[in-house]
Amino acid sequence: MNTFHADRAAAFLEDAPHAHWYDTAVWFMRSKRDHAAGAVAEWERLRDAASGLKAHALSDLAGYLEEFEKNAKANGIQVHWARDGEEHNRIVHEILAARGVKLVAKSKSMLTEECGLNPYLESRGLEIVDTDLGERIVQLAGEPPSHIVMPAIHRKKESIGELFHEKLQTPAGLSDPKTLTEAARQHLRKKFLGAQAGLSGVNFALADTGGIVVVTNEGNADMGTSLPPLHVASMGVEKVIPRAADLGVFLRLLARSATGQPISTYTTHFHGPLRGGELHVVIVDNGRSQILAREPFRRSLACIRCGACLNTCPVYRRSGGYSYSYLIPGPIGSVLGPLRDAEKHGSLPFASSLCGSCSDVCPVQIDLHHQLLALREEIVGKGLLPWTKRLGMKLAGLVLRHPTLYRLAAALARRTLRSAPGLVQIGPAATWTRQRDLPEPPRQSFRELWKREGA
Amino acid sequence: MGKVALFIPCYVDQFYPRVGLAAGRVLRGLGVDLEFPEDQTCCGQPMYNSGCADDARPLAERFLRVFGGYDAVVAPSGSCVSMVRLHYRELIGESRALREVASRTYELCEYLVDVLGVKTVDGEFRHRVGLHKSCHGLRELRLGRDSERMDPPWDKARQLLAPLRGIDLVEITRADECCGFGGTFSVNEEAVSCSMGRDRIADHEKAGAEVIAGYDMSCLMHLEGLLRREQKPLKVMHVAEILEGARLAP
Repeated sequence: MNTFHADRAAAFLEDAPHAHWYDTAVWFMRSKRDHAAGAVAEWERLRDAASGLKAHALSDLAGYLEEFEKNAKANGIQVHWARDGEEHNRIVHEILAARGVKLVAKSKSMLTEECGLNPYLESRGLEIVDTDLGERIVQLAGEPPSHIVMPAIHRKKESIGELFHEKLQTPAGLSDPKTLTEAARQHLRKKFLGAQAGLSGVNFALADTGGIVVVTNEGNADMGTSLPPLHVASMGVEKVIPRAADLGVFLRLLARSATGQPISTYTTHFHGPLRGGELHVVIVDNGRSQILAREPFRRSLACIRCGACLNTCPVYRRSGGYSYSYLIPGPIGSVLGPLRDAEKHGSLPFASSLCGSCSDVCPVQIDLHHQLLALREEIVGKGLLPWTKRLGMKLAGLVLRHPTLYRLAAALARRTLRSAPGLVQIGPAATWTRQRDLPEPPRQSFRELWKREGA
Repeated sequence: MGKVALFIPCYVDQFYPRVGLAAGRVLRGLGVDLEFPEDQTCCGQPMYNSGCADDARPLAERFLRVFGGYDAVVAPSGSCVSMVRLHYRELIGESRALREVASRTYELCEYLVDVLGVKTVDGEFRHRVGLHKSCHGLRELRLGRDSERMDPPWDKARQLLAPLRGIDLVEITRADECCGFGGTFSVNEEAVSCSMGRDRIADHEKAGAEVIAGYDMSCLMHLEGLLRREQKPLKVMHVAEILEGARLAP
């Protein structure tokens, strides 16, 4: 197990005022979510329903995907299947290259981040413009998103002003959000008008109607896919739900959980290509069927990427998106990352106090903190815990199996703490006491005092 | 109500004997036939939560041997009780012995409220108190409704403290954010852990609390460690210590 997260988090917290600002900014989203969710009397019943619907969809995923494919084709949508990220990128590139596309307007999609689509296409001479404002900001800055819903949440408005000054030639010193947004709007407008294709993600694929649903706030997916004649939408296999009739359950939960809005500004249903145009849907596995095969982790595939678990997570709020080695930060990413590569992302399941807030905020009731706990066992089982920690746990386990040994060892430790506290300033005690005192060791333990209390 | 076993977490045994004594006195004050099984050590949670299930398993099996045969097992700790009641089955598998012990193991507040049906709390505690709702008691045992859920609220610890004369239960801004203890998390992620703890303390200070009260000494040990290092006047107390002087009755 590496110490990636702990090290990055400690560095993040060194700038205390910035860390405090970040915690406050992200907590604000959690508060907005509470307000919005609290206004829905049947909120918990909606969560039950969403969780049940997803569990059902995952129980016959192959069947629903095939039903979706059949109905989508009947709608004139071209459906492609990709085993992994590489195959996905190749398919998307072939579609674009065959039609001579040079400029692509892309709306937000964590899947294409996962597949590394942008660098793949860029290295083949295409220009990809992320059209979601936050995505565009991090793209201009050459950074990955730090949050799955608010990709540029780590940047203050002043730093965005500087970035736009440098990249979009806006006047120096801008920090008014409205002015900055207008500058981005003018810049993006030209890109939208010049693009020969639009790329988007998929929030929900409807098996019974063969349509896809894309949820945005800025209308960028609509603009990007309705101006050019070609739209390529990428979706993970887990995005399919059985019936359009159930979509309302998810839409009512999604925007409230993500941003505290009752509904997102744009919820667009695509049930076929533009007149004279083409609509392609690329269905991607990329390791998802492996996760589907594994209890208790299959439930993580129910995720609708609302980001509520990030906003509520006290560790995410105090360590920022870049402290996570996986591209999706926060609790859900700390489950998905290690399932892909336990060694590389081994620190993530330990980057949680197991407080359980994520599981209760999750609109589809993924038991995130229990999955993090289960992953810890797996990481230890792979021999990835440092031997010092492994030994410490072994020793403690041994001592605690023998009451007499436990009594003696504990009494000795207490006595040493009282008489020579310097002696115990090693290992975990040394780390504990960097910013905290140890408790005052009492002369007698409870069990000794209890005897005096009389039976 | 037959024989009841008092389960005192290892760190309470060693560092906070006064909390164990207070829990014992509160229970005996209600006429509970209480025993402290001498062979108890630790429930195994530190190992289990570190991913070291193999080291935790023998401790879970010991726990069943030591606490089998009692009509109830009561502990002044939500975290240790949630380990026994909810996580032992993942660790050692379902069995009759486990079901019997797990279903009869209670956190102190829930035992007082749910099993003994305490309604009367006759006593005095003239202080401004902020309640720290430790996560495992809150979100695993459901001692209260957490702020994430939208069903009607309840709070067993508050229910026990509120009737005390002179007590002023203050409202904090983030009602149930984690304090950052988290067992080995407190050391593995020391920087985040301490940052979380300081934020909790600031929240209680802002609300004017003199005492942070809770049902898990582990979280309070972490907060106390920060308070003492920064020489702040705020005190931490277990709910059992506050109830110790009161007369409780159904």
